[in-house]
Amino acid sequence: MCGICGSVSFAGGNDGAELVRRMADTMRHRGPDESGVFVDGEAGLGHARLSILDIAGGRQPMGSGGCRAGNMKILGQAGVSAGGHPSLSRIFERGTPKPVPDFQDKSLWITYNGEIFNYIELREELIKKGHRFATRSDTEVILQLYEEEGERCVERLNGQWAFGIWDARRRRLFLSRDRLGVRPLFYTQTGGRFLFASEIKALLACPEVECELDLQALDQVFTFWATLAPRTAFRNIWQLPPGHSAVLENGRLRVWPYWRLEFEPDAELAWGREDRLREELLALLLDATRIRLRSDVPVGAYLSGGLDSTFTTALTRRLAGDRLRTFSVSFEDAEFDESAYQREASAFLGTEHSDVHCTRNDIARVFPEVIWHAEQPVIRTAPAPLFLLSRLVRDSGFKVVVTGEGADETMGGYDIFKEAKIRSFWSRNPESALRPQLLKRLYPYMDGIQQQPAAYLRKFFQVNGGAPGPFFSHLPRWQLTARLKTFFSEEVRAAVGGYDGTAELRGALPERYHSWDAFLQAQFLETTHLLPGYILSAQGDRMAMAHSVEGRFPFLDYRVVEFAARLPVRLKMKVLDEKHLLKRCAEGLIPPAIRKRPKQPYRAPDGQCFLEPAAREYIDELLSPECLRRYGVFDPAPVTRLLAKFRSGQAAGVKDNMALVGIVSTQLIMQQFVDGRSRRTLAYAGSRTT
Amino acid sequence: MQVREQLKHFVIENFLFGRENGLKDDDSFLDNGIIDSTGVLELITFVEETFGIRVQDADLVPDNLDSIEKVTNYVQRQLGANGGGA
Repeated sequence: MCGICGSVSFAGGNDGAELVRRMADTMRHRGPDESGVFVDGEAGLGHARLSILDIAGGRQPMGSGGCRAGNMKILGQAGVSAGGHPSLSRIFERGTPKPVPDFQDKSLWITYNGEIFNYIELREELIKKGHRFATRSDTEVILQLYEEEGERCVERLNGQWAFGIWDARRRRLFLSRDRLGVRPLFYTQTGGRFLFASEIKALLACPEVECELDLQALDQVFTFWATLAPRTAFRNIWQLPPGHSAVLENGRLRVWPYWRLEFEPDAELAWGREDRLREELLALLLDATRIRLRSDVPVGAYLSGGLDSTFTTALTRRLAGDRLRTFSVSFEDAEFDESAYQREASAFLGTEHSDVHCTRNDIARVFPEVIWHAEQPVIRTAPAPLFLLSRLVRDSGFKVVVTGEGADETMGGYDIFKEAKIRSFWSRNPESALRPQLLKRLYPYMDGIQQQPAAYLRKFFQVNGGAPGPFFSHLPRWQLTARLKTFFSEEVRAAVGGYDGTAELRGALPERYHSWDAFLQAQFLETTHLLPGYILSAQGDRMAMAHSVEGRFPFLDYRVVEFAARLPVRLKMKVLDEKHLLKRCAEGLIPPAIRKRPKQPYRAPDGQCFLEPAAREYIDELLSPECLRRYGVFDPAPVTRLLAKFRSGQAAGVKDNMALVGIVSTQLIMQQFVDGRSRRTLAYAGSRTT
Repeated sequence: MQVREQLKHFVIENFLFGRENGLKDDDSFLDNGIIDSTGVLELITFVEETFGIRVQDADLVPDNLDSIEKVTNYVQRQLGANGGGA
């Protein structure tokens, strides 16, 4: 796993080496083992490498022809040519000197972050077609597959990737990102230059890149919990959406989807086929795990104590054979702690288990660093414990972990799916006194729900007997979150104006969305928006890569995702039994108590953390009226009252907690990214209303 | 302070964080997103502790508790029925 970056100057010239080196330097946490820069005329590619596959041969940026033993030059500065080509330079700046490739054909160069898990099969196929490989790396497989099949090569890849290929002959840049958005890829255009990178901070290494908060993106975070791709939290800095590729040629960027999530529940599968489908799913997940164990370094596993990670750990244990190392977070707060289940799973599976014990003060201490890595405001502190967990993994000598991420989206596990089903059931008889009791069963950990009279539940969950709209499942959550915008300053409110994020989202929905039932629509929203925008990024890639750890996700193997998309809904949620078919797969493989336990969403203590000693100094500063006024995002008066409410011990609700985390994280974004570079934030206030 | 003023002050301070936003006495707390599920409990606790009344389960309906007007009327009815006050 690595950090990638690159630059293409529209004005031509060869001035990118120093810039690309600076960009790569900002991502050393992603790739501490070595780094490299390649420059060809107007284009430059950079790479910070975490060596996992073909440690000796997989250096990057890599040219077509791969790495073969040849002339060696360790180049100390930009502009020195390698391999005899006058315009090509390749500079290794960190790591043990290795032979520089003797490039057979210098036309294609790649900088690549990720893993192609089916690279062995693709490599064999290419060899049969006459290709010769100089390395064992998956990097070279991508390059040669691109040579063979062009832009559509990505349709053959099974993995998690973000890469850029510079085609020197055609003077064009090809970018691609994996189907589900496991690996990040950001880009921007400034003056006469196009820049791309794994992280936004690398783009900001270019002084010409403006760093301003995108207020419509902020509005999105304070509604959907994440920005809607291609937006990021920063104005004019974009992300390549999951499942998309792009080509930059003659100064024009063309972006297109090469894969889409399509639900096609097969009516044939509806009844009487459950056993066969269980076997098929298990076989698929076994294979998805098997190819995810391809690594030249040891692979560990996250073990949360829930169904999904216990299941992937069980498969990993079965396939890896040797004693497996597992890692988890335990909480001081009993409300969030799952350590009893973690111990049970570890004992059952025979793993060597370690955990990081997380207190509110721990979360408070690392939160600013968490936001530095997340590069977006968040309304939950949940990324912070995962930041601590990846540190434990790194300190234990591991670079790769298998995790259960993606099962809730693909197999139908989230409470929001069940909630929508109950709301729909209740809507058919809004006056029922019994139907709302199901909602209380769904949220046993939420006091506010438990003690709520039915008349209020009906209002909160919008049970009104009316026809469900396209966002039936998510509207209560979004509307609750949107209330946080009451803390925005007048200037921000004016700038956001009548902007409606749900209208933007509605406009981007595929036509077939409207033919799907509410369950599938909810799955689509979770899988295509929250999964890449928050789960895999703020909680996933960014927290793991902060400590040079790579996550691998069997449930996000595209074959598994596509298989699940064809399953009848009743096999995902049988009445109110979530992930029904997956639980059937897990029979005999995991402890029965874990298979049968009620789902406990991963959560962490939120607003209360900021009352801890480790937060006092930065909270006093960031939430001071002066600082709030200086950044101009929030109105100081209500923020001061919110903080006072917390400090008096009166704040307990979901909304108050989300508000405080959202405000603190946004202030940290302002402090670390915007203010840190003395950029104007609200310069366009009032000029960008919709 | 009268019941109405006390309630208004509580709602503005506790749920609107001082931002009155033109809140009218008959504005619905629910329709305007002024309270969430926890907010209902906060409101009931405030009513019980401030006015010394017990809100019965059967009374926990928006008709009694969904605006300053409605809560004021509810509290006054209860105080009248109990013959007490705060």
